[in-house]
Amino acid sequence: MTAEAEHHLLETTLDELKHLFSPRAAAGETMVLNMGPQHPSTHGVLRLIVELDGEIIVNAVPDIGYLHTGVEKNMEAKTFLKALVMTDRLDYLNNMGNTLTYCLAIEKLMDVRVPPRAQILRVLLAELQRLGSHLVWLGTHTTDIASQSILFYAFRERERIMDIFEMVGGQRMMTSYFRPGGVWRDVPAGFEEAVRDFVNNYLPPKLDDYHSLLDNNPIWLDRTKGIGVIDAENALAWCLTGASLRGSGVNFDVRKAMPYSGYEAYEFDVPLGQNGDVYDRYRCRMEEFRQSIRIINQALAKLAKTKGPVITDDRKVAPPPRSELGRSMEAVIHHFKLWTEGFSAPPGDVYAATESPRGELGVYLVGNGGPKPHRVYWRTPSFVNLQALPVLSKGHYVADVVGIIGSIDIVLGDTDR
Amino acid sequence: MSHIEHTLAALKEKFGEAVEQVVEFRGETTVWLRKDAVADALRFLKESPALRYTFLAALTAYDDWPESPRFKVIYQLRNMATMTSLRVKCAVRGDEPELPTVTDIHLNANWHEREVYDMFGIRFAGHPDLRRILMPADWEGHPLRKDYPLGYEEVEFTFNFDEIEKKKPYAKE
Repeated sequence: MTAEAEHHLLETTLDELKHLFSPRAAAGETMVLNMGPQHPSTHGVLRLIVELDGEIIVNAVPDIGYLHTGVEKNMEAKTFLKALVMTDRLDYLNNMGNTLTYCLAIEKLMDVRVPPRAQILRVLLAELQRLGSHLVWLGTHTTDIASQSILFYAFRERERIMDIFEMVGGQRMMTSYFRPGGVWRDVPAGFEEAVRDFVNNYLPPKLDDYHSLLDNNPIWLDRTKGIGVIDAENALAWCLTGASLRGSGVNFDVRKAMPYSGYEAYEFDVPLGQNGDVYDRYRCRMEEFRQSIRIINQALAKLAKTKGPVITDDRKVAPPPRSELGRSMEAVIHHFKLWTEGFSAPPGDVYAATESPRGELGVYLVGNGGPKPHRVYWRTPSFVNLQALPVLSKGHYVADVVGIIGSIDIVLGDTDR
Repeated sequence: MSHIEHTLAALKEKFGEAVEQVVEFRGETTVWLRKDAVADALRFLKESPALRYTFLAALTAYDDWPESPRFKVIYQLRNMATMTSLRVKCAVRGDEPELPTVTDIHLNANWHEREVYDMFGIRFAGHPDLRRILMPADWEGHPLRKDYPLGYEEVEFTFNFDEIEKKKPYAKE
């Protein structure tokens, strides 16, 4: 490209974006600055175009799509079961939760019942995943604005969760353990002890450590209190969900509001903030650690009492157990049909939602009578929450942007799909 | 009368023939609306004190090509007090893929509509910033349309490396 053509391209691109900035930017009074997509503290490939008056933010325009992988298009080309493995790869900190949401949508569309033991396992693993995701959030968030050490502590703790996932699914992250109709197979011996030890003996003292490192840390308080404030009314108008909404004092948690997988049978509280600033969102997530531990303990108690199958016996959806293949022709046919053609979903559409660590994660699924989904739409919390970033960051210092991004806990794989 | 029955009655009374169809499936209610009534209906559903569907959980579309009208646009609404969900659906023809924007009613519709524009080429009249959001700005075509082929990368071996290299779109020395 010649220098002239390059200049022309730059001019036209800027023209298209002109309406996003104040007239002062064109006059040269304020500065338009590019931030990202390769920036250590934007949690992935997020690009921000910020307009600055000195160090104060006049406007911030997020530019996303750098991690767009066309998952929705790809899923349309695969059978329901083959598309399942792609769900793990969307929000790479909430692998279990993504698969769970997709399975819930399929089960709703196909009208499949999930056995009780599988329900309990799903809740248990989804909450472990929440702990893991919150640990990464805490580590990266604190590294961005106050202290480096917690990142290393948090990843050390998360490693234990990865070990448990490897135990049940054979994989650390991309487990694909939840399947339509239940879970892949029952948990191995030693699973319950490993979880119990982790949530009761290992994690609580570490959480106390984090609190003692941060709660009275003047730098941390300075960088979080009164920063990125959004009130309840505005948060609802922008349809924020998750801790980003609850930090402003709105009691909305999908697990309570629209229970799935038997969450109505668990006792837990929904922590709420008051001021809707970075600090309150931090407090909410820290309390969610304790609530998840509560849920996991209840799930462990239920698991010990509930024996039985872990996947539906509807052979049109779930494969027969391996042991049946040797003696039942019927089982062989089902197995063959499932792994070649797959199962067909009736025409119709459903919406299923779960509470991901970031907020409401929804799947809108359309069936057309065939074995492939006609349309899979992912309503991802990061995508919706990130939209409010300009509102949150206006009037703050440019250095606070990284804190605000950390506090809405975005994952770019979730945003860009 | 449950909240959803009340909503349907109010919608039919207010919009009459613009309510084309009401579908119940797996406990979810979908209301098909005529294209010209969608924005008014969403405003009515949000602002009417008895209905209060203030939360736009999702806004998306799908393509039924080669059927006509090919596009269906979906608004997933929720009342945050009663947790009643309502899906509003509207058919859009392929030869004039345009709808009025709802960004003035639901703030978060902004990015959702940009995504639908990017993926399906449906334009939203009155949208303040209708640019591509996920695909690059100079991308041609709209990937989630059914007549848009799913691309793939050829596997490179030593015997076909040069041939594939020639076809790659990036700038060469």
